[in-house]
Amino acid sequence: MHLTNLEEKMLAGEEGYAVQKSMQILTALGEIFGADKMIPVSSVQVAGVSYYNLGDAGLEYLESLAGKGAKTRVKTTLNPAGMDLENWRELGIDEEFARKQEQVIEAFVKMGIIPSCTCTPYLVGNEPGRGDHIAWSESSAVTYANSILGAMTNREGGPSALAAAIAGRTPSYGMHIEENRKPQVRVKVDAKLAAVPDFGALGYVVGKKIGPKIPLFEGIEGVHVEQLKSLCASIATYGGTALFRTHDATYHQKEAPAETLTITRADIEGALRALNDEASEVDFVALGCPHCTLDEIKKIADLLEGRKVTREFWICTARQTMKETEKIGYAQKIRTAGAKFACDTCMAVAPLKGRFSVLATDSAKACYYGRGTNDFKTRIGSVEECVNAAVTGKWS
Amino acid sequence: MELVRGRKISGGSAEGLALVSHEPISFFGGVNPDSGVVTEKGHELEGTTVKDRVLIFPNGKGSTVGSYTLYRMKRNGVAPRAIINVECEPIVAVGAIISDIPALDRLEKNPLTLFQSGKRLKVDADRSLVEASD
Repeated sequence: MHLTNLEEKMLAGEEGYAVQKSMQILTALGEIFGADKMIPVSSVQVAGVSYYNLGDAGLEYLESLAGKGAKTRVKTTLNPAGMDLENWRELGIDEEFARKQEQVIEAFVKMGIIPSCTCTPYLVGNEPGRGDHIAWSESSAVTYANSILGAMTNREGGPSALAAAIAGRTPSYGMHIEENRKPQVRVKVDAKLAAVPDFGALGYVVGKKIGPKIPLFEGIEGVHVEQLKSLCASIATYGGTALFRTHDATYHQKEAPAETLTITRADIEGALRALNDEASEVDFVALGCPHCTLDEIKKIADLLEGRKVTREFWICTARQTMKETEKIGYAQKIRTAGAKFACDTCMAVAPLKGRFSVLATDSAKACYYGRGTNDFKTRIGSVEECVNAAVTGKWS
Repeated sequence: MELVRGRKISGGSAEGLALVSHEPISFFGGVNPDSGVVTEKGHELEGTTVKDRVLIFPNGKGSTVGSYTLYRMKRNGVAPRAIINVECEPIVAVGAIISDIPALDRLEKNPLTLFQSGKRLKVDADRSLVEASD
C-alpha cells in the first residue's frame, strides 16, 4: 500500500502513540483487504460503546488510549451506550454498571468524540453528503449512509472506526471504490408495503436470500425515512450488505443486474411469522430500533393520550430528539401515560437479560438482538399494536 | 530447522509452543479474558488455555469487541505469545496490534497441517518468518 510522507511519519510514531497504533491498525486492514492507499475521511461513527458489550477489556483499552493523548481529527459521533446517561435508575440499571458506563463515555469524550449515543447520527447532525468518504461502524447507519445519503463507507468495527477518527483516514477498498458499488441482484418488490414492520420484513427476507450482495430495489420508491431506516437495519442484520440501491435515490444508471428476485406479499407475511414467537402475554415493549424520529414519537404520544401503560415501555431515541419533543409537548404525554424514554441507549445494547421474557417491537433488528442476546421471545407489529400491548399486556 | 514465510499483520517476535485450532476462534464470548481458557461450547479447544502459546487458527469470528478481549488477555498475562492465521480478518488483526502480539497470516504452506500442537516455534513478524526447531 502506498503511504504519503505524512502517513509514513504517523506510522513511525512521530505524532505520538495513539496515532501510531491507529496507523498500524489501518495499514494492516489495508493489507488484508488489498487497499492501494489511504483516503481522508470527513466523518466517523464509533460503535462498541455499551459497557454490556465492551466489558472491562474495552474500558481498559479506551482509557489507556485516552490517557496517551488520543484525539480525533474529524467529526466523530458515538453509538448507543448501555443505559440512558441521565435517567438510568428509572430504567433499572444498577450502580456498578452505571459507573463503568460513565467511565467509557468519559474516555471517548476525552478523545474529542461527541457523545451523541445514537445509531441514527444522520438525524442529529452527523449527516455526510453524496460521495463523501467516511468511516462508520453500526451496520444500520452504514447501510443508510451508503444507500440513502450516497456517502461511502465500509462496515467498520468499533476499533477500526476509532482508529480512522484518530488518524483521520481509512484504507481505500470495498465501498470506497465506485466500481464495487454496482448492484448485483435486481429485487422486484411486488407487494404493497405499509407500516415499518413490513420494511423490516423486507430486509429480513432479502437479507436471508442474497446475503452480502448489493440489491437494486424496484417498487419501494417514495418511502419515508422511518421505513428506510428500518429496512437498512434489517437487511444489514440478516444479510450483511453495506449498500442497496433504488432507482430514485442514489442510483441513476439504467442497467440492471441479470439476477432477479421477486418479493411477494406472501414472502413478507412469511418473514413476519418467522419473527413472531408464540406468546400472548407481553412484559416489555420497546420502539426505536433504529432510534425513533420526531414523527415516530409524535405518533406514539398521540396513541398514548388518555391511556396508561401497564408494562415496561421504552421509547429509544437520541437525547437531542427527545429534547425537541419536550418543547412541543409529546414527551409530557408519553410520560403521563407511564411510558419511558430510553435516550442514549436501546433494547439491543442495554443489560436486559433475565429482566423480561417477551419483547414487543416494530423492528425486525430488535427481534434479532432480543432473541440472540437476551433470550426474549419476540412479537413484531405496528406501533399501534405495540402501544396496545403496553397498555393491556396482551398481544392480540 | 524449517523456515516458512508469511505476511506480517502485527510486528514483533516471540517464541513458544504451538497450539493448533482447526476451527475459527471468537475471542469475545469464546475465550475467558481472565484465564485465557477457551469456553465456547463444543469448540475443539474448549477447556484449553491459549496462554503463552503460538496460537494457530484459520481466522477470527464474532463481534469486533473481540479485539478488546485480546487486549485484556494481554494485560492479564494470559494472551498467546504470537498468532498465526490462515487468513487474518479485522478482529484478530486489530486485537493483535493494540496488544503488541506478533501476528502473521498467509504462510507459504497451510499452518494447520504444517504444525502440530506442542511444536516449538519462533515467530519473527517483523521479518514475516516462522521458524520451527527440529
